[in-house]
Amino acid sequence: MSSNNESIRKTVTVAMVLCLVCSVIVSASAVILRPEQAVNEKANMQINILQAAGLFDPQQSIQAQFQIVTTRLVNLDTGEFVNGMDVDRYNQRKASKDPSMNRVLSTDEDIASIKRQAKIAKVYLVENGGQIEKIILPIHGYGLWSTLYGFMALEGDGNTVAGLGFYEHAETPGLGGEVDNPNWKKQWTGKQVYKHDRVALRLVKGGADRTDAYGVDALSGATLTSRGVDNLVKFWLSDTGFKPFLDNVRQGQI
Amino acid sequence: MAKTKELLFDPVVNDNPIALQVLGICSALAVTSSMSVAFVMSLAVIAVTAFSNLFVSVIRSQIPSSIRIIVQMTIIASLVIVVDQILKAFAYEISKQLSVFVGLIITNCIVMGRAEAFAMKNGPIDSFIDGIGNGLGYSAILMIVGFVRELFGSGTLFGVEVLTKVTEGGWYYTNGMMLLPPSAFFIIGFLIWGIRAWKTAQVEADEFKIAPNSKVKEA
Repeated sequence: MSSNNESIRKTVTVAMVLCLVCSVIVSASAVILRPEQAVNEKANMQINILQAAGLFDPQQSIQAQFQIVTTRLVNLDTGEFVNGMDVDRYNQRKASKDPSMNRVLSTDEDIASIKRQAKIAKVYLVENGGQIEKIILPIHGYGLWSTLYGFMALEGDGNTVAGLGFYEHAETPGLGGEVDNPNWKKQWTGKQVYKHDRVALRLVKGGADRTDAYGVDALSGATLTSRGVDNLVKFWLSDTGFKPFLDNVRQGQI
Repeated sequence: MAKTKELLFDPVVNDNPIALQVLGICSALAVTSSMSVAFVMSLAVIAVTAFSNLFVSVIRSQIPSSIRIIVQMTIIASLVIVVDQILKAFAYEISKQLSVFVGLIITNCIVMGRAEAFAMKNGPIDSFIDGIGNGLGYSAILMIVGFVRELFGSGTLFGVEVLTKVTEGGWYYTNGMMLLPPSAFFIIGFLIWGIRAWKTAQVEADEFKIAPNSKVKEA
């Protein structure tokens, strides 16, 4: 508290030294902990993928369970696999922001309100003896407050839903947040996607008829979130989304 | 020794940062919808307050008073980033739920308030204990609010089911409002009322007196 503390030289020195020390501490902690964090993020994503497909068993290790899943890259336009790219390195979210790797959607196409879509998407396949058993597709779109990110799992026929789950969203807890409700998610399993080659899968306000193979209950008290989910499911299963790929799968061309 | 005890436990009831000083309300609303999240947030705040107090106190005689607030902020911000990185590495699930609120500890008035009011004038060890004490005071309120909100909002405590919900075939209709931030306002309000009814010394004097009505004069 001596008066020479107030000199300009002292002030600048203290500021410099403090900034230097703090920045070393901060960057050291970020660098040292980075590998741990990357492991967590990867495991978290794998759990989400397995959960969407209804394959996750908390008793077993994630790595062991994830071995049955193969990750591939798909060109959304042609619906064919992309070879020669590092699957682990590819980040679809980053790619959707990169002008050389994305496509700006026109207003008519963009029912999921995502504005830009990566040209190449990741898909996760569960194969058994050369036969595709499950196809897990990453999907996202805008709800009420936030972009919902999730996975939709289809059976090997490319038409029957095996499950759906969102891993990132900020919808109202208790209303739109009920997209995480296990009972609601259960309804998706077994629904059909396409009727006469068009997406017929939809959310029904006021509750879907039990015999309706294409209808899922909308969320009560969450009209806008339900509309968002409805739109994003339609978007990703239509021609702008994974339909070319699913067509190829169904025709046995993959 | 008596002083240590005082420093540590006074902020829990007698001088609670939330209930008496009414600081740190923002994060108390945001992270109390479940107890496990509130618990981790409490630990994070205790760690940050204690260590920021310690470091500020260690260098207090070197800090030029013209930049002292910035110096405190720099120390607090660095600590918060370190805590955030540690959570992301070792408590990933919970750090996802806490999201921005760990980062917002930087702006938590309790941390800055203690650095400025206590650590700038006291020794490192006392400051460290004072930081823990104030962190505990904050934690106590957080845990109480979290208890009420999680129990009535989701029928669970620390994620373990206590009241069986209607949606899962039980009898309990969850109170959705409890999961939304405004409910924490009510709960904190009731808590402050309760504490002040118990410790009447905390009741603030009226800022103005209502004058007795003057007698109506006949015209």
